[in-house]
Amino acid sequence: MILIYLIVILLAGAFFAWITGKRNPVWPRIISLSALSIDLILIILYVLQSLPSNKDWLIDLRLDWIPAFGISLHLALDGLSLVMLILTFFLGIISVIISWKEIDSKVGFFHFNLLLILAGITGVFLSLDLFLFYFFWELMLVPMYFLIGIWGHKNRLAASNKFFLYTQASGLLMFISIIALYFVHGHATGSYTFDYLQLLGTSMPSSTAMLIMLGFLAAFLVKLPVVPLHNWLPDAHTEAPTAGSLILAALLLKTGAYGLLRFIVPLFPSESVTFAPIGMLLGVAGILYGAKLAFAQTDLKRLVAYTSVSHMGFVILGVFSFNELAYQGVVIQMISHGISTGALFVLVGQLYERIHTRDINKMGGLWEKVPVMGAMGLIFSMASLGLPGLGNFIAELLILIGAFKANILMSCLASLGLIAATIYSLRIVQKVFLGNKNTEWKMNDLTLREKVVSASLVIAIVWLGLFPNPVLNTAKPALLKTLKNQKEITFQNLVNKTNNAYLTLSTQPFLTTKDTKKVPSTQSYNFNSLCSLRNP
Amino acid sequence: MTEKDFLCLTPFLIIAIAPVVIMIVISILRNYRVVYGFSVVSLLIAFCSIFFILPSLPHTIEPLLIIDIYSMFFLGIIFISALLVTFLSYDYIKQLEGVREEYYIIIFTSTLGASLLAVANHFVIFFLGIETLSISLYILIAFQRTKSNSIEAGIKYLILASVSSAFLLFGMALIYTAFGSMQFSVITAALVSHDPLSPLVIAGFGMMMVGIGFKLALVPFHMWTPDVYQGAPAPVSAYIATVSKGAVMAILIRFFFIIRGFNNHYLFIAISAISILSMFVGNILAIRQKNIKRLLGYSSIANMGYLIIILLTGSNKGIQASIFYLISYFITTLGAFGVITLLSTNEYEAEKIEDFKGLFWKRPWIAIVFTLSLLSLAGIPVTAGFIAKFYIILEGMKAGLMFLIISMIINSVIGLYYYLRIITMLFSTASDAKLPELSLIGNISLSFIGISILILGIYPGWLIDIIVKFVNL
Repeated sequence: MILIYLIVILLAGAFFAWITGKRNPVWPRIISLSALSIDLILIILYVLQSLPSNKDWLIDLRLDWIPAFGISLHLALDGLSLVMLILTFFLGIISVIISWKEIDSKVGFFHFNLLLILAGITGVFLSLDLFLFYFFWELMLVPMYFLIGIWGHKNRLAASNKFFLYTQASGLLMFISIIALYFVHGHATGSYTFDYLQLLGTSMPSSTAMLIMLGFLAAFLVKLPVVPLHNWLPDAHTEAPTAGSLILAALLLKTGAYGLLRFIVPLFPSESVTFAPIGMLLGVAGILYGAKLAFAQTDLKRLVAYTSVSHMGFVILGVFSFNELAYQGVVIQMISHGISTGALFVLVGQLYERIHTRDINKMGGLWEKVPVMGAMGLIFSMASLGLPGLGNFIAELLILIGAFKANILMSCLASLGLIAATIYSLRIVQKVFLGNKNTEWKMNDLTLREKVVSASLVIAIVWLGLFPNPVLNTAKPALLKTLKNQKEITFQNLVNKTNNAYLTLSTQPFLTTKDTKKVPSTQSYNFNSLCSLRNP
Repeated sequence: MTEKDFLCLTPFLIIAIAPVVIMIVISILRNYRVVYGFSVVSLLIAFCSIFFILPSLPHTIEPLLIIDIYSMFFLGIIFISALLVTFLSYDYIKQLEGVREEYYIIIFTSTLGASLLAVANHFVIFFLGIETLSISLYILIAFQRTKSNSIEAGIKYLILASVSSAFLLFGMALIYTAFGSMQFSVITAALVSHDPLSPLVIAGFGMMMVGIGFKLALVPFHMWTPDVYQGAPAPVSAYIATVSKGAVMAILIRFFFIIRGFNNHYLFIAISAISILSMFVGNILAIRQKNIKRLLGYSSIANMGYLIIILLTGSNKGIQASIFYLISYFITTLGAFGVITLLSTNEYEAEKIEDFKGLFWKRPWIAIVFTLSLLSLAGIPVTAGFIAKFYIILEGMKAGLMFLIISMIINSVIGLYYYLRIITMLFSTASDAKLPELSLIGNISLSFIGISILILGIYPGWLIDIIVKFVNL
């Protein structure tokens, strides 16, 4: 039941924030803060007492919703969703704190929308019923549309329209795929259901599966975003208010990655392997293209937005590598990108509050005025470029090693992205904080509230960089579950490609002292070790 | 006629007697409130009488009427919509110059016509129902006799409706020639041998489709829709958009399933073409509209395009999907037009999109109901419209109508664009225009509509179970 409480607390908080907003603008902020903190504490407490566990799902809840269609309210938590939920609530709290002074009009309605988005994201990470998943997927959209459209910057209407239309169109394609999967499963087994666990392993002809997978992919690729479907991202991120950009970059994009891990790979094991080369190519394209465009921007927020495109390219590269190392890299990348890019957006917001411009040509030499902000900017730019000791390094390292096993060329090209990341990250620091002063600004350094926010983000990213193991261990069972079918398939392919003779040899037990006669030849020994290298 | 016949006719008797009583009351005492209260009470009694006669169903009154649960669903929807339109029109009609109370008489006669369509088993009742409905609508549309818009809309509707009724009648005559009887049950019996339909029947149905397509505002019979929706008084637009379409849909579904038109190749192509054209024309032409009533008119063309897909599924489940869709569509349309009605006065009709600028900051509750209605029309989750669209997509995919479903999806995205434009206008910074005060009845009906949209969007199971259990044609 705790899973429902998590969502209901957010919804109740949203409702109360709205109605108290008219009396006093402080109330909605306090209510949202408390709702999110309660959720964070609940999830940490509840799960700390049940970890470590070998169960497939830490918490599993299933209620009937529309039995006529086989739709149920199926929520479940495993290691992957747990990690994402903690990120969600943590960054939700941060976003409320940073909007404390920035949003001063229609505060109640702002926090209503904010909490609704977070409730939608929570639902996306928890739902195991495909219809419910789509329901929450769409629930994230409308409040975000309002968030950008009402409290955004100059071109907000065009940005929010583009965001909505892109995401809705791709979401509808996913909807058709969900219904197609429902029918295919129903025809094959006779039971019509939207439940994820029952839809796993549906046997369907490969062409149908490919079409359905492409439908799902459409939604996740737009959300991630993957070049060339990324057009909505720079506009939406730039025109959104700071809290909106934070939630967009840090959380909404991760729902796309989560969808890939949770739905594409387990539901379509062989078709995703077929798509993998294209997926990795798109990932590499995103990394390099995003980095190139980031370097060219003069609007600081747009620059950071393009770095999101670049970093998310690593995610799709890792997802289509199909090994555990890469997947662990993907999880860490999701979290650390959320924290570091979120922190960069916070920084831009803090800067905008002071100087009311995002044009880096007007900045420069700000370190003297705002040393603390400069230090934060330096730390998060280092995180963005992948400095060891901070979370992003672990992520990119793991992804590149994992991708190397799958496709050498792509991982080499992706490594170039590290150089590109260095270029744009250093450009941020150099153009904004160091270098010549282009304009004389009068500004105050970070207030206590802002220092608390930045400090907690710094602690998070450093902790993730130095001690990633708790996160890795939490997510591991979930990732292994994702790869369960995958391993069999790739091993199967591997085995089928080689001689049948090797098949018998490779399944031989290890050499024992009794079997001195059956010394395997050096060739098969190499094959054995080759197998163990390819499937750790 | 037996006693059971009269029992089953109770709703119709109430709806038929009520206008006569109102006429007498008006001649004695012309008081708006009394007439209004009486109409509301009569409609409520008529609605409750549906539940009263449920145990006696199904019942056929040879040879004209068939009263079964399918028709009771439609009767229920029609009465509730008429009731909601009456609620919403209280203030609007009160401010009308000239005669006011006769409005309610005409509402009853048109509701009677619509109800007859739901129980028709014979071409005569089909035609009687449509004509009663149409003639009452001529009067209702032109009710604001001092406004040229209204009279122009009325004349357009009069001429086009008469022409299309002529086609309808000719089509009925052709089918009569083919089968030798005008009674639906006889036609069903004649078709039981699964013979392919003769060209005479196809031609007859094609001509009937002109008349039916006009009433449902399907392409290419849709030209009257934006002008009439704009010119008619706002509650009357609400009435046309809901009751008249729902009633004609009832008879169309019944008749199409009787002649099993979905098996026939030519009819299949014809209905698919009409559906796809309606979807695209409705949505594309709505994009540039600046007048909300016209925009809602075009969007209703598109919505009927989505609904016609159901005819081609050829299964009972399709009919169940269409009933759910109609319920959701009725509530949604009444919500949208209700907001327009409540914000209009006799001098100034709130029909331009600019009139709604910043409505959320001045009258938040109405703006929320309007937003919910628009999101429901667009098919966003949490609203009833999403579940309805999902149901149609489900049944459509089950029947293999992939091309139509894909067009529906594309059109949903196109539709989203102009709905978002209105929603954005609702939330932009407020202008200084004065808005009329809202009546209690209007507020309550809008609240009811808003809450129903949400409830049907989040927990539609109960309604779907009822529909699935009882509706079987």
